[in-house]
Amino acid sequence: MSAPTTTEARAHGRRRKRGSDRARSEARLGWWLAGPAFGLMLLVTLYPILQATYDSLFSLRLTAPDEREFVGIENYAVILTDWAFWRSMLVTLFITVVTVAIELVLGFALAMIMHRAITRLRGIIRTAILVPYGIITVVSAFAFFYAFDINTGYINSWFNWVPGIDESFNWFAQQWPSLFVIILSEVWKTTPFISLLLLAGLAQVPGELEEAAKVDGAKGWQVLRKVTLPNMKAAIMVAVLFRALEAFRIFDNVFIMTGGANNTEVLSLLAYNTSIGRLEIGMGSAISVLLFLSVLVISFIAIKGFRVDLSGTRGEN
Amino acid sequence: MGMSTRGKVGWLIATLLVLVWSLFPVFSILMTSFKTQDGLFSGTLLPPEWTFENYAEILAPGGSAQDLFLPALRNSIGISLISTFIAVVLATFCAYAIARLDFRGKKLILTSALAVSVFPVVSIVTPLFNLWRSVGLYDTWAGLIIPYLSLTLPISIWTLSAFFRQIPWELEQAAQVDGATPFVAFRKAVVPLAAPGVFTSAIIAFFIAWNDFVYGISLTSTTAARPVPAALSFFTGASQFEEPTGAISAAAIVVTVPVVVVVLIFQRRIVSGLTQGAVKG
Repeated sequence: MSAPTTTEARAHGRRRKRGSDRARSEARLGWWLAGPAFGLMLLVTLYPILQATYDSLFSLRLTAPDEREFVGIENYAVILTDWAFWRSMLVTLFITVVTVAIELVLGFALAMIMHRAITRLRGIIRTAILVPYGIITVVSAFAFFYAFDINTGYINSWFNWVPGIDESFNWFAQQWPSLFVIILSEVWKTTPFISLLLLAGLAQVPGELEEAAKVDGAKGWQVLRKVTLPNMKAAIMVAVLFRALEAFRIFDNVFIMTGGANNTEVLSLLAYNTSIGRLEIGMGSAISVLLFLSVLVISFIAIKGFRVDLSGTRGEN
Repeated sequence: MGMSTRGKVGWLIATLLVLVWSLFPVFSILMTSFKTQDGLFSGTLLPPEWTFENYAEILAPGGSAQDLFLPALRNSIGISLISTFIAVVLATFCAYAIARLDFRGKKLILTSALAVSVFPVVSIVTPLFNLWRSVGLYDTWAGLIIPYLSLTLPISIWTLSAFFRQIPWELEQAAQVDGATPFVAFRKAVVPLAAPGVFTSAIIAFFIAWNDFVYGISLTSTTAARPVPAALSFFTGASQFEEPTGAISAAAIVVTVPVVVVVLIFQRRIVSGLTQGAVKG
């Protein structure tokens, strides 16, 4: 929802004055209809995060539930001075930045192909691009894991001509190769989403502008850089923000492929291992709250710093 | 259109590349699912020897992973369907109000839905894990359906609001002017136009619930409620000397094929639903 245009607003104002009873009953009906969905949505997210914030102030282990003790911000102090947390933060940020960068380029290429494809090919291309979207992330993780695995994989024998890769190369025994496969699987699974957002953005670029630039003698690359991209800046920003926030929560691929071994423990996995793995609810809650705050900070920076206009991209202005 | 030969070849290559990129991992795990225990270690993509024994392991009575897989399949289908149904029904009312009625707070509702959809799932799961154990919802269907609403409601509200805003609602008034009762006018003029949007939102919401792993692995402990993605990580081989690779791959294919079929049939609708929900809202 963006602000209604001035004429609309004036029309609304007039209508309100004319029948305030009617307006009031309409508003009441509106909240009766929208209320349940809105309330339930808040209940299933707001309540848990408040509970987590409360729990994070206690020393609480489910292995010794009676020794619950108020410790204030001590859990946060412990986490924020622990290298393990910052390492997870760095690994998570690294995965986020790299996946979003690759997906932006790849997603744009796929969007261009969908946009330009002749009608006969469009259906098949769009269907193929959508397939990864429908596949369970865990299934994608297993597919890539088995392909690269030292025992059951075939990637090593396919690429044994590449320096450093041979039959005995264990992708999941070191940090960088593990991250490579994790990122590959994440990119495969989530690129469809970003390419569809970019496709919608491409459709909003006025075709006449591109034509005019071509008539003026601009080359394909120049048209793309000077006309197409600036006109879909808003769509790109929204796509990047959505994907970055999603990538920051990465869990499934890491859990299946390495379980966090060899310095691949991302923040979500750290929180999971602390609270559900080791039953340290107080500490785990504190990590959950920090994760939530990180998402808030990223959104804030994106919306204020890069001026991502969420309402402007919805084609309402 | 008079495309040059070079253009045609270019498009052919581009299409092939897209197909290989999108389908290769699925093909890869499909091939793994047909490998024998020995074939797993062949170092080749194609199975040296083809077998259906992995499918027997997960589906046939007495198969080593059957008692893990079949309950998980039932749980996944049931839990995803119920949470999708609740979300779509509530979101339909909500989106109708947003599209049709004039009231304060529309922006608040849509912004909240956006905020909830980027909310880190792990931040919800820790308090729920603790709470569910004390109120008896741990390892139950309801214990998963409730948190799944945090995944399915926001996307349904956004997609449906976008769809409903494009419906020409004047048709309803026109029908009423022509003498139809409000109910008949709604059924004849609005429902046929709104149904595709509702249906598309349901597909997208179902995909998201079907894909969940964090809740599934954290809030269940037995086959009573554990969904497929979580169950896959609990597969073990028929004996301690056997790898569960084949059985996991076969199970992955069984839960993937219906989704691919749905994508094939409804690709046009899914694309418009996803893009409207996320960009046009």
